[in-house]
Amino acid sequence: MDYTIKIGGEAGQGIQTIGDALGRLLTRSGYHVFSHQDYESRVRGGHNFYQIRFANQPLAASRSTIDILVALDRESITRHEHELALNGRILYDGTRLKLKAKNPAFLAIPFEKLALQQGGDPIMANTVATGAVLGMLGIDPEIFFAFLTDTFKDKGDQVVQANRDAGQAGYQYVKEHCDKCDFAVPVGAVKQRMLIGGIESIALGALASGCKFYSAYPMTPSTGIMNYLASKSDQYGVVVEQAEDEISAINMALGASFSGVRAMTGTSGGGFALMVEGLSLAGMTETPIVIAMGQRPGPATGLPTRTEQGDLEFLLSAGHGEFPRVILAPGSPRQAFYLTSKAFDIAEKYQIPVFILFDTYLADCQWTFESFDPSQMRYRDYRLRGDDFKNLTDYRRYADTDTGISPLAVPGDAGHVVVVDSDEHDEDGHIIEDAATRIRMVEKRLLRKRPRIQSEIAPPDLYGDREARIVLTGWGSTYGVMKEVVDTLAQSTSIAMLHFSEVFPLPNLDAFDYVSFLRKAKLSLCIENNATGQFSRLLRAETGFEFTALIHRYDGRPFTLEELRGEIDGYLGKI
Amino acid sequence: MVTLEKYKGQNPAWCPGCGNFAILKAFKEAMVDLRLEPHQITLVSGIGQAAKLPHYTRCNTFNGLHGRALPVATGIRLANHAMPVIVTTGDGDCYGEGGNHLMAAIRRNINVKLFVHDNQIYGLTKGQPSPTTGTGTKAKNTPFGVISEQFNPMALAVALNCGFVARAFAADTAHLSGLMKEAVNHNGFALIDILQPCVTFNKVNTYDWYQKRVYHIEPEYNPEDRIAAFTRSLEWGDRIPIGLLYRNNRPTFEEQVPMLAAGPLVHQDFDPSRIEETLREFY
Ligand SMILES: Cc1ncc(C[n+]2csc(CCOP(=O)(O)OP(=O)(O)O)c2C)c(N)n1
Ligand code: SF4
Repeated sequence: MDYTIKIGGEAGQGIQTIGDALGRLLTRSGYHVFSHQDYESRVRGGHNFYQIRFANQPLAASRSTIDILVALDRESITRHEHELALNGRILYDGTRLKLKAKNPAFLAIPFEKLALQQGGDPIMANTVATGAVLGMLGIDPEIFFAFLTDTFKDKGDQVVQANRDAGQAGYQYVKEHCDKCDFAVPVGAVKQRMLIGGIESIALGALASGCKFYSAYPMTPSTGIMNYLASKSDQYGVVVEQAEDEISAINMALGASFSGVRAMTGTSGGGFALMVEGLSLAGMTETPIVIAMGQRPGPATGLPTRTEQGDLEFLLSAGHGEFPRVILAPGSPRQAFYLTSKAFDIAEKYQIPVFILFDTYLADCQWTFESFDPSQMRYRDYRLRGDDFKNLTDYRRYADTDTGISPLAVPGDAGHVVVVDSDEHDEDGHIIEDAATRIRMVEKRLLRKRPRIQSEIAPPDLYGDREARIVLTGWGSTYGVMKEVVDTLAQSTSIAMLHFSEVFPLPNLDAFDYVSFLRKAKLSLCIENNATGQFSRLLRAETGFEFTALIHRYDGRPFTLEELRGEIDGYLGKI
Repeated sequence: MVTLEKYKGQNPAWCPGCGNFAILKAFKEAMVDLRLEPHQITLVSGIGQAAKLPHYTRCNTFNGLHGRALPVATGIRLANHAMPVIVTTGDGDCYGEGGNHLMAAIRRNINVKLFVHDNQIYGLTKGQPSPTTGTGTKAKNTPFGVISEQFNPMALAVALNCGFVARAFAADTAHLSGLMKEAVNHNGFALIDILQPCVTFNKVNTYDWYQKRVYHIEPEYNPEDRIAAFTRSLEWGDRIPIGLLYRNNRPTFEEQVPMLAAGPLVHQDFDPSRIEETLREFY
């Protein structure tokens, strides 16, 4: 069993409400769920969809064929009709949408009429539609009713009851009217699982890492981090401030970090372009900072709500001058959670900027997981506070050390002063211009730290055949789809995936020589959601390795399972 | 005991005779009078001759980027609102490159003190016009004279309902030092625009030019009267008022951030035990 439900319609019609509810309900019913969204940059109208795949085994990507299409407008039918599986069904409100063609796949349900009959509010048409889908699948309605009670309890008993009636009406309607609804849905082993998206995982990762300050300026797809952190700010004692612009956002975060708290900012390409000056400031002042950088297609404003892995090279070279940086690129919400903690740890330990590089696809998709384990989060306070540095006779912010790491002290805590400077400086933090000090500082800040930082970078994830003839390589959000492709081909082919979730600096080869592994493969494919192959270029520049071929998608949409599989099939014939 | 000696820093690389020396002196005296030890305050600056001041004294310092001192200062205050934070900056730094941040800082009423060394010129980059350069003034890159309207920081601040708006003259060091102390004691954002002669590049607004024009605002003046303040803020030319133009007691930003009620963020412990509970919301 492996079904896909798609809800399509205009922005403002409640697609997200239905999608969120179905995703949560299917999870609670014991299935594994993967969902992703596609929307236009507008508040009302246009064409949007929410796609939910569920099965009895773990899922990590979306498919191209759909089994149930909930069409909230005509366009959803014309656009997606052809994606329907053989026994698929299209649900729509027959009283609002008059369809001429008589297609056996169509099932007209009076969503709005039923809503009005049950509770009197047309907005409950969404509850009717959700009920209808659950009815088609024969999912236990009690879980649905409990969910509705939970969701609406703050609005009073009457609203709860009306929604339960509306849900029941939708459920009942398909039971009576859908004679060819033969979706075999074996009961999921009811097990507690979580359903979580990339954005919340990053935000939760920050909370679990002791982040105390977040400043940002709204920009898709990172805005959700700010919203989520703000919603938890009182519980966790986090100050969240909407800055006047991205320049201010990063500078504020640097100020907070200088003062002694863990600080983070988040943005997307255009906003990050403004932050670049501040990034360089972090580099020179050696102020720890975590930057969540959500990629969307550029250049400039590009496709504001779509996805792309187009900013890796921008991050690699952003900022003037030379300074160390780390780029982590989670491939799933789980990785996003743990890597965010690693980001805070490395940022503070080495006093450098660390990026969490994600994209709209990862931001908006949701996965089911058994659990996240907060005890695996790294947390160590690397700063000198209070008594720690009271006993120092001589404190120098940029003291020269073997490791290149100078003591990071909290200003005000002892009699010492903490001086940081964007100009080149001496060990005390004061401006200098002489060549000898400059050399010493470059060595301290960059050259001595660099190998230590690199040794912290984890090797890529190897999944599949350890002697693989075909190797798919990728980074960031293509993790799930590559993994599933490997699963589907593993029976017939010797195939593996190499996934980098820590992309810069590239991992050392001593733990796992991935370059030799790639060289041994008959066919090595680099899969990227961009037009030019930025990661393949990085790998070549750093290791000299050249892929056999590159698979790119750059229409602003993520790879689906069938699409990637199709691309790879094309190469399989050639070896 | 705090002494002037404790505030001694590197030797200034300013031109002999520059107005910045007097501002530095006034600053040190104010800090000593306020009994603030160097480690108890943070001085934030951007880039420019004025912004180098932190190196010529001694205290916690964040010397950041051109125009960006205010956001840094805001972050510092939000992380540790027990620490007095002072920004020392130039007119180009603050009114030019950092204009948007100035507006935002005043609106927030973040408890930061902003001391602008207003020499009406760019010093460090050798003589380009700044926002406060008089309209019509010729500089190297404006051979036909500055076309834009001269920026009026006092009027802007009053218009934005800034909590503390004052003007000083560098050569009147005792008066300046007094205003600095008042600013630090004010609960909220405070702006002092300091008229600072640049002996090298500004041949118009010289010591002599200012001496002939500045006058102390009379003691009877009521700084809480916003309309009067607005009128005073428009005075420029033959007579230039110095002193406190405007004051109000708007609550500060820090006072209104609920998370800071428990004390400075930097002293709040991190308790990861809640995470399990929050994760449960996703089941
Ligand atoms: C982003 C950026 N742009 C330009 C400069 C060059 N720059 C250094 S100081 C300065 C002007 C400073 O003028 P002002 O703030 O009036 O200070 P003054 O030197 O007159 O005290 C400029 C443009 C810079 N350092 N950074
Ligand atoms: S250039 Fe002007 S402002 Fe700069 S130090 Fe010299 S006199 Fe002072």
